Amino acid sequence: MTTPLANYLILASLLFGIGLAGALARRNAVLVLIGLELMLNAANLNFIAFWRFSPHPEMLTGQMFVLFSIAIAAAEVAVGLALVIAIYRHRRTAQLDRFDSLKG
Amino acid sequence: MLNEIVFLLCAAVTLVGAVAAMMLRNLVHCALCAAGAFAGLAAIYLQLDAEFVGFAQVLIYVGAIAILIVFAVLLTRGGDVQPSAATTSPSWWVGLPVAALVVASLIGSIMASPRLLRLPTPNVHAPVKQIGEQLMNQFVMPLETVGLLLTAALLGAVVIGLREPRKTESNAP
Amino acid sequence: MSGVDQIFVWLGHSIAGWFPASVQPLVSALLAIACLMPLFGLSFALTTIVERKVLGRMQNRFGPNRVGPYGLLQPLADGLKMLTKEDIVPFSADKTLHFLAPLVLTVPVWLAFAVLPLGRNMSAINLDAGILFFFAVGSASELAVFMAGWSSQNKYSLVGAMRAIAQMISYEVPLVLSVVPVLMLAGSLELNDIVAAQGTYTFGGLACWNAFTPWGFAGLVLFLIAATAESNRSPFDLPEGESEIIAGFLTEYSGFKYALFFLGEYLGLFAVTGLAVTLFLGGWHAPFQWLEWVPSWLWFAGKFGALIFLFIWVRATLPRLRLDQLLNYAWRFLVPLCLINLLVAAVWFWSSAWKSPVAVPVRWLVCAALIALPYHGLARILRGALPPPRKYNYAE
Repeated sequence: MTTPLANYLILASLLFGIGLAGALARRNAVLVLIGLELMLNAANLNFIAFWRFSPHPEMLTGQMFVLFSIAIAAAEVAVGLALVIAIYRHRRTAQLDRFDSLKG
Repeated sequence: MLNEIVFLLCAAVTLVGAVAAMMLRNLVHCALCAAGAFAGLAAIYLQLDAEFVGFAQVLIYVGAIAILIVFAVLLTRGGDVQPSAATTSPSWWVGLPVAALVVASLIGSIMASPRLLRLPTPNVHAPVKQIGEQLMNQFVMPLETVGLLLTAALLGAVVIGLREPRKTESNAP
Repeated sequence: MSGVDQIFVWLGHSIAGWFPASVQPLVSALLAIACLMPLFGLSFALTTIVERKVLGRMQNRFGPNRVGPYGLLQPLADGLKMLTKEDIVPFSADKTLHFLAPLVLTVPVWLAFAVLPLGRNMSAINLDAGILFFFAVGSASELAVFMAGWSSQNKYSLVGAMRAIAQMISYEVPLVLSVVPVLMLAGSLELNDIVAAQGTYTFGGLACWNAFTPWGFAGLVLFLIAATAESNRSPFDLPEGESEIIAGFLTEYSGFKYALFFLGEYLGLFAVTGLAVTLFLGGWHAPFQWLEWVPSWLWFAGKFGALIFLFIWVRATLPRLRLDQLLNYAWRFLVPLCLINLLVAAVWFWSSAWKSPVAVPVRWLVCAALIALPYHGLARILRGALPPPRKYNYAE
């Protein structure tokens, strides 16, 4: 193992930045969800990297955190996409800037 | 040395996949590129000796979440690209600098802490059995809560996604 | 016994021994690849000809018998035909995805064979989370099918791909759930440990395979049903239902790419069959103690062949399902039964400490009843929920 921890952290922050930029700049609701997933994944990568380089890796806390985070991400995507599809049925669009009225 | 090359390859796959997922016009392409990024990240988990998490990542992200996203894209007609339509939100010029600022501050703080570069890498042996035991002892409450959450999310997604009953039927006596 | 049994292991070790120690892991990995690929490639060729022959016999005809002795060279002729055919890409197709789809389907499937123990000490890698690895590499096939269906820009392809994905996602749940009792009782995710857990003998030499317990037998049946659906075989071959949607997601494929899809589907079938042998039929162990002298890899191959024959037999016997029947069957019937089977396995495990002369028959009866009664009840309830049979006005 020669790759230092900093490389993983830089990769994670780049991934987070890409996800954030996509989530903020794209119009489509599904793409915003993908951006959110990328940000979650960046956080997961940080957990795993810190777990690997921690003085007590046998505690497995980082891995546990990531396992729970993956499960929660799955739930989040399922509900988020169901919402997108439900809104699409009403408004015939998945563009976020068209979801501008509170009354369907 | 070999380790470095593997890391760089996986990182390149992840980053290229992520950038493509955020930049392409066709949403189906975006979803597939995102799946590629998730797979690259799983390879990095494997490189970090987190076998169980890496396989779980492939199983859940590539096998389930990518498929869900693709389905949603098809159901909202994201696969039909109109060449004239704008793909960015009207306020994109705010979003990009914010993201750039976040990345710059993160990388700056990582670079400013030289301890990270010299951190020793302990030998790790994390058998799956140990993960299972911890899940059943120390983390049993979170596990049960996640189970509850997933069930609730499943039901919620089904209820939201159900076709609403017609108005005429609900008005019938 | 051990000489013939371990001949492949010994050969591998001695060939790897010629190389310096630093590259030995790499060499043994390459050797395993060089053995596995021709082995399962040849099995694919053999299975296609055997399938056509057996189907022919079951339908009271001969099957292919022109090329070579008994038609045995038919796969070679088929392969040559496939390779020399024109590779057609539709004009409006998404060229990149259309090209990538067969690769994404076929390449990961090869990985799944790496964790299967084909004989004593004969698995390419010993992964701590072997089963998880197996299902993880299998999960790429859904994306590949979607890529094929969507990139063809053909309505039939898209409908076929959607059917295939709905089917694969639905049947993945019972497939994984029917494996869970085995993992629970073996206490490991590693396939070698699971095989070792089935390696004892009782009742004067009868093997303790998982399939010889109530929960194991039910699990095997559930697993095989889900595996048939997962590999898109008849009676679950709706995605390619040629009488309805031409060839489903394969409609726009020809030549080499079509052959790759074909190969990928059969390899997927082989992988789940090998997993069924490993999990429920004792892997490479002999069924009786006095048969232990037969080499372990022969036992694996025998059980493997028997299960493949079972799949062919089922294909010749059952008609194709309708889509709503298919999904109802998975979610209303297989998933509840899998969950009940989990409970039965728990009862079996919990009662295993009970030492008494009547323990064995009582345990058997209770566990068999626990799985058989819900089966019967569910079948009755679901039959009541079905719509009345369709009336055909003109087909009398």
